[in-house]
Amino acid sequence: MEIPANAAATARVKIDMGIPAQNPEPQTPARIQIEGLNFFYGKMQALHNISLVIPANRITALIGPSGCGKSTLIRTINRMHETVRIARAEGTILLDNEDIFRLDVVRLRRRVGMVFQRPNPFPKSIFENVAFGLRVNGFKGSLSEAVERSLRRAALWDEVKDKLHKSAYELSGGQQQRLCIARALAVDPEVLLLDEPCSALDPVTTAKIEELLFNLKEYCTMVIVTHNMQQAARSSDFTAFMLDGRVVEYQPTARLFTNPSDPRTEAYLTGRFG
Amino acid sequence: MATIPIAPDSAGPALASRSLARRLVSGDQVAHLFTLIFAASVILITSLLFYELWINSALSRAKFGWAFFYTQNWDPIFEQFGARPFIYGTLVTSALALLIAVPFGLGAAIFLAELAPAKISDALTFVIELLAAVPSVIYGLLGIFLVVPFVREILGPALKKTFGFTPLFTGPVYGVSYLTAGLVLAIMVAPYIISVSREVLMAVPNDQREAALSLGSTRWEATWKVVVPYARTGILGSIFLALARALGETMAVTMVIGNVPKVDLSLLAPGYTIAAVIANEFSEAAGNLYFSALVELGLVLFLLTFILNGLARLLIYATTQRGAANP
Repeated sequence: MEIPANAAATARVKIDMGIPAQNPEPQTPARIQIEGLNFFYGKMQALHNISLVIPANRITALIGPSGCGKSTLIRTINRMHETVRIARAEGTILLDNEDIFRLDVVRLRRRVGMVFQRPNPFPKSIFENVAFGLRVNGFKGSLSEAVERSLRRAALWDEVKDKLHKSAYELSGGQQQRLCIARALAVDPEVLLLDEPCSALDPVTTAKIEELLFNLKEYCTMVIVTHNMQQAARSSDFTAFMLDGRVVEYQPTARLFTNPSDPRTEAYLTGRFG
Repeated sequence: MATIPIAPDSAGPALASRSLARRLVSGDQVAHLFTLIFAASVILITSLLFYELWINSALSRAKFGWAFFYTQNWDPIFEQFGARPFIYGTLVTSALALLIAVPFGLGAAIFLAELAPAKISDALTFVIELLAAVPSVIYGLLGIFLVVPFVREILGPALKKTFGFTPLFTGPVYGVSYLTAGLVLAIMVAPYIISVSREVLMAVPNDQREAALSLGSTRWEATWKVVVPYARTGILGSIFLALARALGETMAVTMVIGNVPKVDLSLLAPGYTIAAVIANEFSEAAGNLYFSALVELGLVLFLLTFILNGLARLLIYATTQRGAANP
């Protein structure tokens, strides 16, 4: 039973998964390797044999029509699917070559942050929202410095520095979403999962968040689920197109959008379905 | 006079007269009127209650003045009436009930809303709602058969042994006492706290839980630090509902408190509450002053619930202002 995590990981890679796990940018180290992932809600299979390599410090976008499994896939990466009783994942996901299903789930989620579809700040002050993750993780150090750093990274500091102890609900929708990003960044995650983070926001606010994500590449790897193809084209480095629980095509974003190799991708991009 | 060209107004009156009949039939106006009357009756009944209590307690108010509140003599023979033992008994038993029922009820609500599988949660909630509907005299019987002997034989002696050095647990243990009444009340009000708090906890948006989990909190941390604070307004509401019931509970308390009009610091001593004394003595209140004093007790209880409810509102207002959980 005492196999080192890395050995277990390499052992698994050798199993033939059908679709090879392809790194679209081989010179960049992989942060996450998904291999042969199958996902079930009860008897219904939502993901089929997914294999993806997500490069470090890049933005990877997941696009596809509603119900294609993008959100399911992203929620499996931090094991958020385990809150659903009937959900079950099979296969391997490696985070820095460690099997996430063998990690302690609380520690995994500290390393893999998440931003949700709708801004969901806690009914606490702005400061306490950002400090929450630090507090539950027993952070030793200056809370106010850490909070300021996160708010600066989320490009929110200048707007809120004078009202840190006001309720987070006083902020606008876009500010709330950036607060949620700051809250996720506070615990210094290696990976940030964004599940349609701009779907409830207007275009100006969306542009602000996209710019913010671009600047965050310095600190973490991001996986973003989006309905908005322009958003994927603008903000991501790599894009995976998903359909019916399968990855159809995974390419550098520019190539996928200009010269897709699969006819289904082209059909989707040109708006013939979805 | 009007130089502005308008449509010929001959259509006006005809339309109005026809629509009056039509409006009555179609129901909008009628519904408005009736619902308004029903709503207004709430205020009417409250005013009537207060008026009746005020008028009928005139004799007692004139005779005793403010002293009624702090004297503790209750002597129908010599017509000396003071409300202190009853006010004290009402407040102490209610406080005890909440002290026991709040942690218990909130814990149970958290289990049902956050941890239990849906089937078990629904089944248990059904039973809990049944418990909330059991008549209080049944709880009184439960108190007499179970809680009184339990306090007399087990809990009372044990408390005396451990905490006997405080004035709270001294004196002989009869079984009937403030503590017994508090326990029975706790059993009665817990279902309210459980079922309302459960509903409120279940209404907390799931993305709040997920946000907490995604930051690396355990399930318990997510519940205790995010879900419960989010729901705190509703939880406080359930507690005040429980308090209102505890303050006014008559039958069950009368059966287990001992009905002794004395203020005793010891929780093991028998006492009395406002509701209990009114129920027990109203039918045999000979003499106008005696009657009037009992009505004034009713007035006190009325005001007490009024004030506590007002404070509850203030508390809810203050806490939502700060956190603004429900914008």
